[in-house]
Amino acid sequence: MADVITYRDAVAEGLAREMRRDWSVVCLGEDIGAAGGVFKTTVGLFSEFGPDRVRDTPISEQAIVGMAMGAAMTGMRPVAEIMFSDFLACCWDYLANEIPKMRYMTGGQVTIPLVVRTANGGGLGFGAQHSQAVENWALAVPGLKVVAPSNPADVIGLLAAAVRCDDPVVFFEHKGLFASKGEAPPEGHFVPLGQAAIARPGSDVTVVALASTVPLALAAADELAATGVDVEVVDLRCLIPLDMATVLASVSKTSRLLIVEENPYQGGWGGTVASIVADEGFELLDAPIRRVAAACVPLPFADALEDQVIPTTDKVTAALQKLLAY
Amino acid sequence: MTVAIDTGRLLGMYEQMAVIRGTEKAAHDLFLAGLVKGTTHLAAGHEAVAVGTSAALEPDDYVFATYRGHHHAMARGATPAECLAELMSKATGVCKAKGGSMHLTKASAGMLGSYAIVGAHLPMAAGAAWSARLRGTNQVAVAFFGDGATNIGAFHEALNMAAVWALPVLFICENNLYMEYTPIGSVTAVEHPAADRAASYSMPAEVIDGNDVLVVAEAVGRAADRARSGGGPTVLEAQTYRHFGHSRTDPATYRPASELEEWLGRDPLSVARRRLSELGVSEDEVAAATARAEQVVADAVAEAKSADAADPAEAFTDVWADGGYQWRT
Repeated sequence: MADVITYRDAVAEGLAREMRRDWSVVCLGEDIGAAGGVFKTTVGLFSEFGPDRVRDTPISEQAIVGMAMGAAMTGMRPVAEIMFSDFLACCWDYLANEIPKMRYMTGGQVTIPLVVRTANGGGLGFGAQHSQAVENWALAVPGLKVVAPSNPADVIGLLAAAVRCDDPVVFFEHKGLFASKGEAPPEGHFVPLGQAAIARPGSDVTVVALASTVPLALAAADELAATGVDVEVVDLRCLIPLDMATVLASVSKTSRLLIVEENPYQGGWGGTVASIVADEGFELLDAPIRRVAAACVPLPFADALEDQVIPTTDKVTAALQKLLAY
Repeated sequence: MTVAIDTGRLLGMYEQMAVIRGTEKAAHDLFLAGLVKGTTHLAAGHEAVAVGTSAALEPDDYVFATYRGHHHAMARGATPAECLAELMSKATGVCKAKGGSMHLTKASAGMLGSYAIVGAHLPMAAGAAWSARLRGTNQVAVAFFGDGATNIGAFHEALNMAAVWALPVLFICENNLYMEYTPIGSVTAVEHPAADRAASYSMPAEVIDGNDVLVVAEAVGRAADRARSGGGPTVLEAQTYRHFGHSRTDPATYRPASELEEWLGRDPLSVARRRLSELGVSEDEVAAATARAEQVVADAVAEAKSADAADPAEAFTDVWADGGYQWRT
């Protein structure tokens, strides 16, 4: 394997590693077989594992996720692909009402070890029905684990953890990151769910980011480093479990917190992070908690309009400058 | 496997239906006495579908039911006592009083849940059937659903996938003529809401008398045989009738008295008694079975009443596979 791998190829590599390790890992979704997925995130799986374990489905989101649930309850570890995360709305019953509740409602009688993978987020000009960052939808449902990697090594390591997890996991792959490259992790690479990473250590201000907003935060940190500001970037990696210990430890060092999220400000995950820091870390803060999030409008098509709505490096840099000047 | 008409077996099926009927009546009475909260969707009248199906299945087959699912839970092995305890919010409830009437589940017996979002479990049954194929077992999966579920998307998505993948799954509709308060015929474009749709998915279907436990057992036996031998899924539309309203708050005044009377005359327990008589089983033997069923129900009511209330600490267990509910550090 090359030393460098794209985020896109990391998805297929992560799945292949788990499928080689465990016969009960099976994939289903639209165009994931011989076509290799519309985002080419399942390339090679069909030829290696065959049509029984890499199963093309009709455009039938309820059947895809509902069947994954039934298979998970009866001894398999299915990985279902929902092509665009916007389409989660087509099978939301399963993610809101069925999958996260059955263990609880039955008093622990059933186990549902499944992963729903989906391409999330904007920045590619796909318009309002193919560009949303909807990780906050999943965050709102007790009983789902929510993962959103920012780099290829984490894709592989977190995918390993998600597939092996006995709880249902929604795995958000960011469309805008598919072409990005990073270090290819060694065989056996495993990143436990619920452990944030310090993507860049710093001492002046904490930026909490997730998936696509991690590279934005790192770029803003690089810009500000030239002016002598030392930004710490925390990559949450997961929303559930949420690693608030790492966030609070960082804030205790920097006294300032900016949260950068691609989902809308209204109901976005940053509100949960901010409320916990306000509650449990109030005395650590020297400034208000600030958030850069998507504006509360549907995602527009044109680049010039989309940039207005979603977080950009310039917006993060400007927010950091204001926060540091407080 | 075809189901041989064996008098001992039929008497057992009759007794099981009588236990279910008695438990449903007890649930009704306990509700009126203020000992059951929330709501109930009683299955009195539908017993033959559950018991006939169960008789034709193997112990390791899977069953998925709806919020009107007490009969399916009991037919697959949940005890009347643990079902009533669940309804009464007791610690000994079959789901630790965390599911309630609409979610009775007995996973250890392959009864993988009662689902209260109409139609949601049909894809799950197809998924369990897919899983059986992948694991190389000979299991079949059954989804029970009402006539109302045939107009929701998940029904059609599940039938198509099951047919395309030739899965060993049985879709068994309990057509009781009413989608909640509305006659199913007035909101459905075909005469037989489940069976008439099967042709769209190149799937065999049968409309059967859902109040005759033997007819159900034989039809399910045929469909299960076909599924196990690789012949794919089947739709069975069992015609039946509920003796109570849709749910606890529904007096079912929208049903014509003559219709109710006609269906009460075709009560599955009466039909089974007639069958037993035809096969030469004495009235005394039937009466003894009835009395045993009544005793089982009386004991179950007493056991459920005397059980401890649910432990409040249980509110915070069973969210995750580790038993807990922690979502953050």
